Parts: sequence; C-alpha cells; structure tokens
Amino acid sequence: MTVDQEVGRPRRRKEDARLLTGRTQWTDNLSRPGTLHVMFLRSPMAHARIARIDVSGARGLPGVVAAFSGQDFREEQGSLPCAWPRSGDTVIPEHPPMAVSEVRYVGEAVACVVATDRYRAADALEAIEVDYEQLPAVLDMNEALSESAAKVHETGNRAFTYRTTSGDLEAAFRDAPVVIDRTFVQQRLIPSAMEPRAVLCETDGDTFTMWTSTQIPHILRTMLALVTGVAEHKLRVVAPDVGGGFGSKLQVTAEEVLCLLLARRLGRPVKWTESRSEGNLTVHHGRDQIQHLRLAADSDGRIRGLQVELLADMGAYLVLLTPAVPLLGAQMFNAIYKMDAYEFACTGVFTTKMPTDAYRGAGRPEATFGIERMMDELAAELGLDPLEVRRRNWIRHDEFPFTTISGLTYDSGNYEAATDRAMALFGYDKLRAEQNDRRDRGDPVQLGIGVSTYTEMCGLGPSRWFGSENAGAGGWEHGSVRVLPTGKVEVVTGSSPHGQGHVTAWSQIVADALGVPFEDVTVLHGDTAISPKGLDTYGSRSLTIGGIAVLKACDKVKDKARRLAAHVLECSPDDLEFEAGAFKVRGTESQTTIQELALAAFAAHDLPDGVEARLDSDATFDPDNFSFPHGTHLCAVEVDTETGMVKIRSYVAVDDVGKVVNPLIVDGQLHGGIAQGVAQALFEEAVYDADGNLLTTTMADYLLPSAADLPDFALDRTESPATSNPLGVKGVGEAGTIAATPAVVNAIVDALRPYGINDVRMPCTPERVWRALQDRTLEGARR
Amino acid sequence: MIPAQFDYVRPASLAEACQELGSDEDAKVLAGGQSLLPFLRLRLAYPSKLVDIGRLADLRGVHDRGDHVHIGAMTTHDEVMRSPVVREGCPLLALTAAQVADPAIRHRGTFGGSLAHADPAGDLPAAVLALDGVFVAASASGEREIPAAEFFVDYLESSLRQGEILAGVRIPKLGAGWGFHYEKFHRTAQAWAIVGVAAAVRRSNGSIAEARIALTNMGPTPVRARAVETALQGVELGDQVRQACVEAAADTSPPADLHAQPDYRRHLAKVLTDRAVRAAAGAP
Repeated sequence: MTVDQEVGRPRRRKEDARLLTGRTQWTDNLSRPGTLHVMFLRSPMAHARIARIDVSGARGLPGVVAAFSGQDFREEQGSLPCAWPRSGDTVIPEHPPMAVSEVRYVGEAVACVVATDRYRAADALEAIEVDYEQLPAVLDMNEALSESAAKVHETGNRAFTYRTTSGDLEAAFRDAPVVIDRTFVQQRLIPSAMEPRAVLCETDGDTFTMWTSTQIPHILRTMLALVTGVAEHKLRVVAPDVGGGFGSKLQVTAEEVLCLLLARRLGRPVKWTESRSEGNLTVHHGRDQIQHLRLAADSDGRIRGLQVELLADMGAYLVLLTPAVPLLGAQMFNAIYKMDAYEFACTGVFTTKMPTDAYRGAGRPEATFGIERMMDELAAELGLDPLEVRRRNWIRHDEFPFTTISGLTYDSGNYEAATDRAMALFGYDKLRAEQNDRRDRGDPVQLGIGVSTYTEMCGLGPSRWFGSENAGAGGWEHGSVRVLPTGKVEVVTGSSPHGQGHVTAWSQIVADALGVPFEDVTVLHGDTAISPKGLDTYGSRSLTIGGIAVLKACDKVKDKARRLAAHVLECSPDDLEFEAGAFKVRGTESQTTIQELALAAFAAHDLPDGVEARLDSDATFDPDNFSFPHGTHLCAVEVDTETGMVKIRSYVAVDDVGKVVNPLIVDGQLHGGIAQGVAQALFEEAVYDADGNLLTTTMADYLLPSAADLPDFALDRTESPATSNPLGVKGVGEAGTIAATPAVVNAIVDALRPYGINDVRMPCTPERVWRALQDRTLEGARR
Repeated sequence: MIPAQFDYVRPASLAEACQELGSDEDAKVLAGGQSLLPFLRLRLAYPSKLVDIGRLADLRGVHDRGDHVHIGAMTTHDEVMRSPVVREGCPLLALTAAQVADPAIRHRGTFGGSLAHADPAGDLPAAVLALDGVFVAASASGEREIPAAEFFVDYLESSLRQGEILAGVRIPKLGAGWGFHYEKFHRTAQAWAIVGVAAAVRRSNGSIAEARIALTNMGPTPVRARAVETALQGVELGDQVRQACVEAAADTSPPADLHAQPDYRRHLAKVLTDRAVRAAAGAP
C-alpha cells in the first residue's frame, strides 16, 4: 500500500471540536415554536394506594395549560414494555407509564402539569392534591421471598427463577479437598450520564417527531408504536447529540411515552428535561444482586466445579431488559477458567424500588466480580499466588477456539501474554516485596495487590442466539455507504452513538476500504428518517457489528465500482486491481479513481447493463458469534488502617480487544470504563432508607469520582484478532468497567487478609474498612 | 435549576443592601451562590427576595492592616488562596481555601458567603475559628464586631441579625514561630469533609508552646478542641502528640449521615488532629 492505513491510527475524534466548544444539539437545546413544558409529580411513597388525586388546583394557575393524573391516560397509555423475558416463567406485571391506582416506588409519576415554562409547571405541581393509603414497602430481597412478605404485585415477589447446569456438580463437590463458600453483595448503582434525559415531541396532527436523549432511536420508535398505537410509519425518532448513557438510555421510558401522548392530546410541542435529582430517582438503576458462590477445587488449585446462586433485584417493574440483565451472567461466571461442572441459578425479585436494567456491562461485571473474587479466595486458602491459581485454570493460548463449560465458544485470546505484560508493567514482584515489608513492620498503611483476569461476551449479538433465548429482537446491524458525485462519502449507520466516536472510527474503516481520505467521509446517525433501520448502541456492539455492516457496504460499493471501471477502461473486471482508491488494469498505466467512477455513476451517461446510477450500497451484518475481549488488570492500593481510607497507588491494564481501529478511542473507553469500575468498588451506592426513600438524590450523597480521585492508568494491549468478523475487532465499551471492580476490591482484601478479613462490602468506604478492622490485629486473631 | 419564584434586587451600595434586607425578613443575601443556589434548586429554601451583593466592590479584596488581615466578604476562595497578604499574614486560610470543593466553585464561591452560611461541614468556618477571627457585620446603624467564638450559633445559623450583612473578617496576625495545617478527610476531592481539622501550632525548642485547633463537621457548629489545646502545651514533638490528641472529640456531637456515623467521626477527630498538629509543627 502506498497510502497509510487509517485503521490503527490514533486519529483525534471528528466529533470533539464541536462537542468541546459547546456547539451542540442536546435535546434540551432544541425548541419548536409554541413548545410547552411538562413536569411530573412523583410519588413520595415507596408503596401506596392512590385513594384520591385532584389536579384541579393546578389547572388555572398562571401559565398552566393542562394538568393530568394517570386516570386521564388510563385508556391510551398502555404498559411499558419488557422485551426480553429470557426465563420461560417470567411474570411481567402491568406497568402504566403514569400510575393509576397504586404506586410501587418513590419517584413513580402520578400526575403532570403542562405549562408555558418549566418554572410555572414546577410551581403548579405543588397545587396537586394526592391522598395516599400507605402499603408496606418491600426492600430486602430475602425477606421479599418469604411466605409472609407483603406483595409488590398480586402475583407475588418472584419475577422468575432461571437455572442452567453443565456437568456433574455433585461429583465435583463430593470429597473436594477445597470448597470456598462466599456471599457477595453487588450494590445498587445509579447510571450518571453527563447529559440528563430530555424529550421533545411535536405533531402536525398526523405525524409525530420525537427528539430524545436515547441510545436506541430505532428500537424506541417500534416500541412507542406498539405501546401507544401511533402508527410506526408516522413516527420519527431523533437522537440528536446524546451525552452518555452507559445503558441508562437503552430504555423505553414513561416520560417518552407520556410526552408523545401529551403532544397528541394537546396538539402542541411538549418538552421535558429532568433535573439531576429527578434522574437519580427515576433513571433505571443498575446491578443490585446478592451473589452466593460455592467453588470446589483440588488441593493444587484446579477448579472442579462452580455453583452460582443469585438474587437479582428487579425493582418494582420489569422495564425493557430488566429480567435479562442478571442472566447475561449465566455464561460468564466460569469466565476464562476450565472446570468439570457449573451451575447458574438466578431468582428475580420484585421490590418497591426503582426498576433495574442495563448499566455498563449489564450482568457481566457482576459475574466477573463474583468469579475473580473467588479466585483470590481460592489462592488465599491454598497459600498460592493469585496469578498462579489463575494460570493453573485458564484456557491456554494453544487451546483456542475453546468451548467453555457454559457452552460459549471463545474464538481467540492469549491470557498468558496479557498477564506477563501486565506483571512487567506493574512491577509485580517488587510490589509484593514491599507488601511483605509493610506487613513485617506493622506499617499502619498496608499495601494490597488486586488481580482481575477478565473476559466478557460482547458484541451483542447473533440474532439466532437472541431468538433461542426468547429476546424480542435480533442483533444485526445496518450500514449504508454512498459516494457522492464529487467523490465525498456519506455513511449512514444504524448504530446510534452517544459519545463513542462512531463518526471517527467509521471514517477510518471507510477510508481504508474505499481508498478515500479520512476527511472525505461523513457519518450520519441517530434519526429514523435518515437511518432507516438499526438496532442501536449497547453491549459493545457498535464496531463489531455496526462497523462491519459499514465495511460490508463498502465491499458492495467496490464491487459495483469494479464493474463500472471495467466498462470505462474496456477490460474484464478480473483484470482490475484496486489500490489506493483506484482501479488499475494489471500490467498497464491505465486506471480510474473511485471519485471519477462516482461522477460517472451519477451522470449515468454510459452505464453498463445492470449497474444502477449512483455509487452506493447498503449491508446488514449479523455475526455468528459474540466477541470475547479479555485482559489482565492489576491494582495496588494503600489502606490506611487508622482511618480506613483506601488510596489507589497504581493501576495497570493490559487488554486484548483484537484489532484496534483507533487507539485513542480505545484508551479513552478504558480510562472511562476503569473509572466507573473503580467507582463501584469505592464510591457509588444508591441507598434507600427503611421506608423506601432514596437518600442519594444529589451528587453530594451519590459520590462520583473525578480525575482528582483516580491514579494514572498504565495501559497496554496484546492483540488476538477476533475470528468472527473480517476486521478482527472485539469491542471495548464495557471492558474497563468489567475488569476494574474486582481488581480494586481484591487489592483491598489482599491488604487486609493478615487481619483475618476476607471481604469488604462495596463500596469499600473508609468507614466500612475501619469497622472491619475494629478489634483485629495484624496477626488476624480477634483481640 | 427550577426554584420557586423570588424577587431580585442588586443594590449599588452596602447601605441600600442593608435596607433591602432589613425591610423583609424572608429576604436572603446572594453572594457567590454556591450554597444558596443548590438550596433554591432543591426547593429547600423559599426566599421572598434575593439581595445580590455581587456588585459591592468595597466588600471584595484582602487588605494588610498591620496587626491583622482584613478579608472582604465578597473575596472569592481562589483570591484568598492566592493572596500574598493571606499567605504571609494568615497562611492557614490560604491552605484551607485551596481545599474548598473544586476550581469552578473556588472562583465563584466567596469567603464571606461560606462563613455566613454557617455550615459546620464547610472548611473555612473551622479555620477562622482557630484563628480567632473577628466578624464585621454591617447594618443601617453601622458596624458591629462579632468574635468568631460567638458567630456560629447552630446548624446553618449565625449570629447575624436581620438587616445585617457580613462585610468582612479581621484575622489577627500570629507572630513568628507558628505553623499551620488544614487536614481534610473526604471520600472524593469534591465531597464535603467527613471531618476536618484546622491547626495552628507555635513551636519553641522542639516542643509545642501553644496550639489552636478547630474541627469541621463535628457538631452543629465548628468547634474548638480546647482540651487538646491545653494538653498540647509543652508537649515534645513525637509520640506524645498523639496522646495529647485523644480528647479531640471531647464535648462534640458529630452528626450521623451516609458518609459516617458519630463514633467513626470521633475516632477520626483524634487521628486527624494528631496528623494536623504534627503537620502544622513541621514534624514527621
């Protein structure tokens, strides 16, 4: 090649100049003539019957155009959808977007005011009268499953029980020399996208346009049509600039449905933008599991069997993917390890809290945390180095492709190489020596080293698999490529970005495929009127599926161009070679460029038979397997035993995400991902009080780390190309978050193990660490 | 931000501002807005009127007045932390202001606003208390001096009266031989102090001659750790310092919240006071 390859270059993102200088189109920046503003009155009770609701006090106040309660939408609001009841026994309760007769979590909408501005709408909310008859809050998952528990729904508090077994678990545990039995708590988290949710909906009386801060404009359009009866072809959904989601905008929200209904009823544009506190209450929450794990091993550390028993908090209702999220762990707890038997069981439990759903990693961080904590516990039990125990159990480089005990086939990987590189970067042996020295000296600041050798199934996913697992849709993605008459290239992707950098990465792929300059490619997305089909962005799927769809569309464009080039150059298509954006007749100087061909196709003065005008094409890609990124993360923490404060001293991540399209974007994803994983380990927790009130409604109480709270991350990569797609890419959106949480907690427990401590509940706050240390000495015995 | 409705005035003089406040008991002073605006946003406060003192230039700036430093109420945290006069005359305030929240807040938030808000979790109240600052309250009838020990009355309550505005604070200069430290214990850089310790220590011949200690977030107001101040007198720098700090939490009533229970705060007060004193004294 004479032209530098674009794929692999650390291109600065095309998106950033505009985003960083505020020339943005967040939904809240948008307005239509005559826009009205809606605000929702939300339940202050965790569980109650609505005995009386009177919105008349709000009507007639200055600026108020309308006020409604759930009763007013009873006939038309439908039920919010759950699209993936993976377990056959799943109970999906009715879920009205606005509560009609009963509220089941604090924050559930019970009424709304539509006014000429947000201030008047907010003032008028205070004039709405609601009489609640309190019902018992249901907060604890174990209690919720007892016979005598109060019920969240008539059908009871069990949403489903799912179980899958491989191998002979009983044999694996029978006479096992080592059995590790632990219970871990995955606390409830609040996804905190930088841009709060916002919706703007307008109608001309016949068609509807909705701008919304969503990850899923295409899925949302279909779902809104199904829920409200608005015909799908009369509804356009636009995701303008979207400022992060982390799964929280992979949802069909009550507010989106209600804004559509309000626009229909009032015939005027309606807009809603949440406050941060409103978002903390009502953006779907993440995680929230109690994990009971049992692991049987031989005395040399070889794993015989693993048994996983989960309780997963659904919250009050099943929203889009609620019951499927914990089950994404079903094939992940066995991780990179070989074993003879495996059982995974999960019971979904209803409580009177905000529903849970996907949050960065969705089920896989929970699984990775569980198994990686267990591997450290196994190492401690046997007195082995935690990396050595992993080495004795992981799939060796020469064993790929490898079908795991849970039935997935990992196509490629090299755990040895990633681990060796990470240990070298980390200075593993030196830090272990320092740890021993601090222990010997009884230093009040102890050092801990945490390991996480993770993998994940991502690039969701093969449509056949989704079908076999009872999902409402498949996992393909769509892309179109058109070479414009002037030779510039317009790409349309069905994958809807919200910060990932699709425009840059897709430009690099197209530049290489068509031999055009990076600057000559633009990428359109996020609007159902522009991008006719797509399955949007989540599950680290954009590059591995959406990027490949674009690549396949480029291949089709090239095929078309080749036929046209052969016609122009008066040769056989087989005599042409494509290089640096031009078709050349082999062995001659004769050639024509893709830009010349685009113009010729547009003019259409002399097209060969069967070649249509315009140099364009589209493609849909459906992968035949997931992709399996992996890596080794090593974390060193200093634990101040006098105060309980944990400080991350160093963090090394060596990841294998296959081929890298843009190393800057990959590093950015890892920085953000690791920060979010660290945040679960140390900072974040949604806390409800005994009455079911959310206490963490502001960022003063729901702590997020900033750059000042994080160390420099030392990043490196190994490269085992994926075999399931032609670029060899694996996806990186969730890797950092999945890997980091167990690395940090393992490091804290490693520091405290000489005190006889083998777990600290997340987030590992200074107070929790300090309390764990009370009455303990460095020798581990309780005083 | 969607606050409830309020009136807004921006007086051109201190006298006019005092008059606006004196005539309306539900009026509130708007200085940098870093505490008041969150209260409005959450509808925890419903003031009838905001009296914006942002244009009162006389209230802004740091002045060397010989035996004391005068800090105008509208001086921002950033100006306080960078002021050569503060760094020379009362360095504890520069050290403390530098630990308030983050740069954005330090450029907006004001020294006087932080003190008048009287939040015991704020960093500056303890530092000014440790330095025995004198608060200057302006009103239609003139100026009134309030010693720091009398300024903080209760949680979010100062001894300012209706119609009074905090104009500035006089910080007496301490002589040679003093060292300073503010030890802030918080979970993230932007989070409130779980406990904070402001320490001023005078060394003499390897011992502590005099110490002034005030605690952040150990009760409804910032509190002086008098028992520790007494115990530290004459103590040699070394292991004895820790022993002298064991009474740091005496006579405190620390709050319980999501970040810490009272017993943990009492424990932290001891450990952090020891650290603050040793750091102020320049001892390891």
